[in-house]
Amino acid sequence: MATITIDEKKFEVDPQLTVIQAAAQQGIEIPHFCYHPKLSVAGNCRMCLVEIEKMPKLAIACATQVADGMVVKTRSERVLKAQHAVMEFLLINHPLDCPICDEAGECKLQDYAYKYSIGASRFDEDKVHKPKRYPLGPNVILDVERCIMCSRCVRFADEIAHQPVLTFTQRGDHVVLTTFPETQFDSPYSMNVIELCPVGALTSTDFRFRARVWEMSSTESVCVGCARGCNINIWVRNNEILRLTPRQNEDVNSFWMCDEGRLGTFKFVNGPGRVSSPWIRKDDRKVTVGWDEAIAAAASGLKAFKKGEIAGLASAYATNEDNFAFLKFMRDVVGTKAIAFLEHTAGEDDDLLIRADKTPNAGGVRALGIGSNADSILRRINDGAIRALYALEDDIAANPDWKNALAKLEFLVVHSPVENATTELADVVLPASTYAEKHGTFVNFQKRVQRIRPAVATTEQDRALDGFAMSRWDKFASHNDRWGKGPRRDARPSWRIVQSLAGAMGTKWKFTTAENVFAELAENVPEFKGLRYLSIGTRGALLRTPQRVTEKA
Amino acid sequence: MSQNGKMIRKEDLSFWQRIYIPEILKGLRLTFMALFRRKITIQYPEKRFTPPDSFRGRPVLVEENGVERCVACGLCSRVCPALAIEVQANETALEKERYPEKFEINMVRCIFCGFCEEVCPEEAIIMSKEYELVFESQEEAVFGKDKLLVPIEKVRDRLEFLHKHR
Repeated sequence: MATITIDEKKFEVDPQLTVIQAAAQQGIEIPHFCYHPKLSVAGNCRMCLVEIEKMPKLAIACATQVADGMVVKTRSERVLKAQHAVMEFLLINHPLDCPICDEAGECKLQDYAYKYSIGASRFDEDKVHKPKRYPLGPNVILDVERCIMCSRCVRFADEIAHQPVLTFTQRGDHVVLTTFPETQFDSPYSMNVIELCPVGALTSTDFRFRARVWEMSSTESVCVGCARGCNINIWVRNNEILRLTPRQNEDVNSFWMCDEGRLGTFKFVNGPGRVSSPWIRKDDRKVTVGWDEAIAAAASGLKAFKKGEIAGLASAYATNEDNFAFLKFMRDVVGTKAIAFLEHTAGEDDDLLIRADKTPNAGGVRALGIGSNADSILRRINDGAIRALYALEDDIAANPDWKNALAKLEFLVVHSPVENATTELADVVLPASTYAEKHGTFVNFQKRVQRIRPAVATTEQDRALDGFAMSRWDKFASHNDRWGKGPRRDARPSWRIVQSLAGAMGTKWKFTTAENVFAELAENVPEFKGLRYLSIGTRGALLRTPQRVTEKA
Repeated sequence: MSQNGKMIRKEDLSFWQRIYIPEILKGLRLTFMALFRRKITIQYPEKRFTPPDSFRGRPVLVEENGVERCVACGLCSRVCPALAIEVQANETALEKERYPEKFEINMVRCIFCGFCEEVCPEEAIIMSKEYELVFESQEEAVFGKDKLLVPIEKVRDRLEFLHKHR
């Protein structure tokens, strides 16, 4: 251990660290643009200059290793003067277009202009003009004028995305960030440079100009794009998801997430393909009905069959709570053992985040004891042995074999957030909440249980009473405000639908929240033993390795 | 009023005040004189009040060269203490890059404080001299761009006033 003094306070720190890392560990912020904990040190922004005793000149904290007895000053007069100078230089050619810039509100340069600059410019000459709206790739647009040449994106492309196509050309104040000729930055992880960029130079093609950051609420959740379960924030305005951003979790995804997860997993929540209300099929026509009627139709439909004739398909897209309630219903209420789920894989695991398993919860469904061998159910449907099927949130009919089999069924009940090939064949369709509308847990490929939280309100939820993250607009909207009237869907979490169905079939359950369901799940499933919503927290918790004890009679 | 409830006057009324008639005449004299003073009442709606440049009437959006100056930064919406303003931005091919696809002011919420005008970095939203606001429903009170946009020629007075008192 090395003893160092930062701003007259003594700390014991690991001698391998740099000054900026040691200071960060002790909660002392040294301003920086180009330094990033997951990228190599470039040392080109000069913002992290600090005064170190016995060194003739100021030193950059990101590239100076800690030494025993080192005395560092981060707020001395010399340091402040240097910070002012660096900020003044950076702002010489940086356009003052914060009102137009999407980064405003979460911009490092903007924040530092308040914290570390004198707030005035002595530069009267014209600013340098450079290309605007330059597409680096399909998902990232560059505004070269705003770039402060920190090179974070260049290093990210080289070191993390392994697609080294970004570089600087020209010199001095004419420096331009660009791609190598005839290449584009189309890595599956390209959009991470948007958060990495300390200014508004790199913006998302998808989110550009959609909303100011302070208008949205942000909710901690988990990406449902694959079995990695990257930690994310869901950004919502007027009950509509506008963007997803990665949330740091060193055990799962570090600071990153893939473009596919970021762009491909929230648009279905906003519609327009959602199931708008429960419906049943009467004389080959879809008839929209209320919840009670739909539940009653599902219950009476299932009651018409013997328990051996009914099968259930759980879903790796649904939460553990939903699958547990479903399993409990099929075993205890219906009394069938024909329960399985379908796996969904595509491509291969890559070496950063992306997993071949495209479902967020396969590990959880397996931990509940549900197998993925659905072939026997498929065979028995084709044989005519199974005549009715109850399926959770999964588009089973996307698979042609299953589509043919579903057509042979006499009765099909489906939970689904969206209208799809399966709902086309169903007799009763119950609109299920999406991952962004409910509490629940998923188990990722590492067997890590992670929580999701509601960010979008359904018709029966109230943002304030149900503890949602609230933007200023959410707090104050009244009936005569148009911005309070974002679309709300009539959907319910699957565990609640299953509970209603159990009630309609004569078995009353008393779950009031997803947390209740999880508590019972944790009591009954050995892998989940001892876990509670509170202990899972924002970082997730690993499942226990089950020690199956053979019962002695 | 004293503590024991007895009425105390600084001065008792004089004889002439007590007989009442002269005081009435004094009052009538004042009323009669007002007939010959400059008239303040305006015969609205036949005649209309022209407010001074400092007047804060309903907020409007300045239209210059056929487009709004507004870049949809949303600062007016953020600063508005009554949350009257909703802005939805989008991209434009113009140099300003960003424009308000939707700009709505709920005039039932607006309190005419002028903060939106003060915060605007583009002098795009300013307080006009218009004070006649009549709605028959809540929906009608939400003014969109169609009602808010005003050509710059019509609001020169206010812009000059703002420049003078910046």
